[in-house]
Amino acid sequence: MSATLPVVASLFGSIPEPMVQWVVWPTIKFVIAFAIIMGIVAFTTLVERRVLGFMQARLGPNRVGPQGILQFVADPIKLLLKEDIVPAGAQKAAYFIAPMLPIIPAFLVFCLIPFGPPPTFAITDVNVGLLLILALTSTGVYGIILGGWASNNKFSLLGGLRSAAQMVSYEVPFGLSIVGVLMLSGSLSLVEIVHRQELGVWNVLPQLVGCFIFLVAMTAEVNRAPFDLPEAESELVAGFHTEYSGMKFAFFFLAEYASMLVNACLIVILFFGGWTLAIAGKGLTTETMQTMGWLGLSLGFLIFAAKVAFFMILYIWFRGTFPRYRFDQLMELGWKWMIPLALVNIVVTGIVILLVRNGGA
Amino acid sequence: MTQTMLNLHEMEISFGPQHPSTHGVLRVMVKIDGERIVDAKPIIGYLHRGTEKLFEAMNYPQCVPHTDRMDYVASATNNQGFVGAVEKLLGLTEQIPRRAKIIRVMLAELQRISSHLLWLATHAIDLGAMTPFFYTFRERELILDLFEDYCGARLTLNCMRIGGQADDIDAAWIQKLNDFLGIFDAALDEYESLLTMNRIWRKRTIGIGVIAPDDAIDWGLTGPPLRGSGIEWDIRRAFPYEVYSELKFEIPVGRNGDTYDRYLCRMEEMRQSKKILEQCISMIAETKEGDLKAKVSRVIRPPEGEAYFSVECPKGELGYYIISDGKNQNAYRCHVRPPSFVNLSALPDLVKGHLVADMVAVIGTIDIVLGEVDR
Repeated sequence: MSATLPVVASLFGSIPEPMVQWVVWPTIKFVIAFAIIMGIVAFTTLVERRVLGFMQARLGPNRVGPQGILQFVADPIKLLLKEDIVPAGAQKAAYFIAPMLPIIPAFLVFCLIPFGPPPTFAITDVNVGLLLILALTSTGVYGIILGGWASNNKFSLLGGLRSAAQMVSYEVPFGLSIVGVLMLSGSLSLVEIVHRQELGVWNVLPQLVGCFIFLVAMTAEVNRAPFDLPEAESELVAGFHTEYSGMKFAFFFLAEYASMLVNACLIVILFFGGWTLAIAGKGLTTETMQTMGWLGLSLGFLIFAAKVAFFMILYIWFRGTFPRYRFDQLMELGWKWMIPLALVNIVVTGIVILLVRNGGA
Repeated sequence: MTQTMLNLHEMEISFGPQHPSTHGVLRVMVKIDGERIVDAKPIIGYLHRGTEKLFEAMNYPQCVPHTDRMDYVASATNNQGFVGAVEKLLGLTEQIPRRAKIIRVMLAELQRISSHLLWLATHAIDLGAMTPFFYTFRERELILDLFEDYCGARLTLNCMRIGGQADDIDAAWIQKLNDFLGIFDAALDEYESLLTMNRIWRKRTIGIGVIAPDDAIDWGLTGPPLRGSGIEWDIRRAFPYEVYSELKFEIPVGRNGDTYDRYLCRMEEMRQSKKILEQCISMIAETKEGDLKAKVSRVIRPPEGEAYFSVECPKGELGYYIISDGKNQNAYRCHVRPPSFVNLSALPDLVKGHLVADMVAVIGTIDIVLGEVDR
């Protein structure tokens, strides 16, 4: 990396080389990525409302700026200026900490996700990247439970409880559905997983069941319709964030949308070839992009962005189409269908891999 | 032991009166064990306006606008019930011109469709399906436009008079109605494509809030909650008023008495209402234009006596019971039998043992309007 930008790199001349490679560059990249992602996440809220409006025979916000595209700036400003209400009888400390808890892991995870061909677009390439992502995202639930409990509101408490049960149930199939991919690629590094796919086929084909389970589990994990039980407005008013206002509410909101983005990125990387458009090493592979220079790298990023955008729209499409599951039905779906199915998928994948290897040898 | 004594596992929540899915200002005190409902007690009266008492202080024509405000999503049928009761008291029922009767039926059936569309919208959004809400409002808008063209009002119509109708309909209105009926089947199919065969919708509604046929009769339920349990009872058929005896229509009934069957019933009722409207259009062509009102004295002072008149409003049997002392221009007593009030009384038994999410489904399926419950 330091070789490509020698001028900038010379600024770090006094810092030891490994330090530059592992700390300084990733930090700079993360700060840039964070700013962009923050914008994308805010923008997603606008896209969601416009797309939903399109599906539902209405307009959606179209007043702020041309076609309403500045709405995503106006919303945070409004929320920042709003009064910050703390309900009577709330557990103050927990009430204040709760909104911060989900947003930290949700944004931290972006350190580990490559947005395009490495090394430029990959902030870090950790060899246990996938495990780290799973570990980080699953901590997001603490904020929701804590927020639901600390609000001193029965609806919030129920929302928090639902959320806890839901996330625990869906982390399991979420994790299990990935195992098949890991068996195929033999690595936990996301860059490596993409590399394996461009050499063979996209994982969605051999891992169709796994991909489907992942898609459902990722929707459930971020509490999106039809699994939006923790904040089911017709039942629990607004669930765990009933009592939150202003920027604290915005934090929960941003965390949810950031998690959506993380999961959309993950499904693209794990099952849909990441930033590449290649089969059996032919087409736009990482290597081709790297040899094309900046143009190729940007192209890779755009391909990745397009794929992610598709899944973000898919979330919105789900919301426009489905009624909401009931709490017990959701648990039933998770434990009785998804987990057994994911386990069967692992066994079948294992057998097939063994057979192919033995046949090949 | 201690736990049972202190009831630590039960929690009481106040569901409403300001809650997104209580359809107004219903308040339900719900005792829950986890998410399971142990006990539910509806508390009403937040919208009480003393309408029945007001009727005693006003002359009869002045009462009609107040009937609009009871079931404010179906004001035409409320007008119909009240003017029908006064006409019965006056002995005018047979003298109402045919054209006026047909117009009343048309307004009532349009109102039935619009009320059912609103029910579908709120019921679906309560169960998390957001999109049907906007689709049904798109079609409901057309009906409200028709009302506006007819009487100038969109919601609180005040569109019927004692002794007949004040306004006539013209060819342009009929044309507009035909346009609406032309697109309505496709619109209904569109809603159904989102819900009827949807796995989640079926899971959320089948087997929820089951009403046994005997219970439905014992509780005095009427309308779709009764017909959903398989009992073919419709005031339009049982005690035909206006021109209903000449109209061909079916009364859809359910089989299992659950939320899903009531959903299907109401969807079919909208289709039947469309059929009735089509028949009305051909019937009204044979009547004389402008022949709208029976001879009614300017001061309405019914003879001493009492009358009960009921209509099939979108939510069930809506009855008006009026006592006149023969001396005054106002009623001695007027009692309203609102379907929502009676149907709501089944709520506690329907939700016991279900989950909180099911209570929302049940409130939606019995289709209450609090203006009518509290009066």
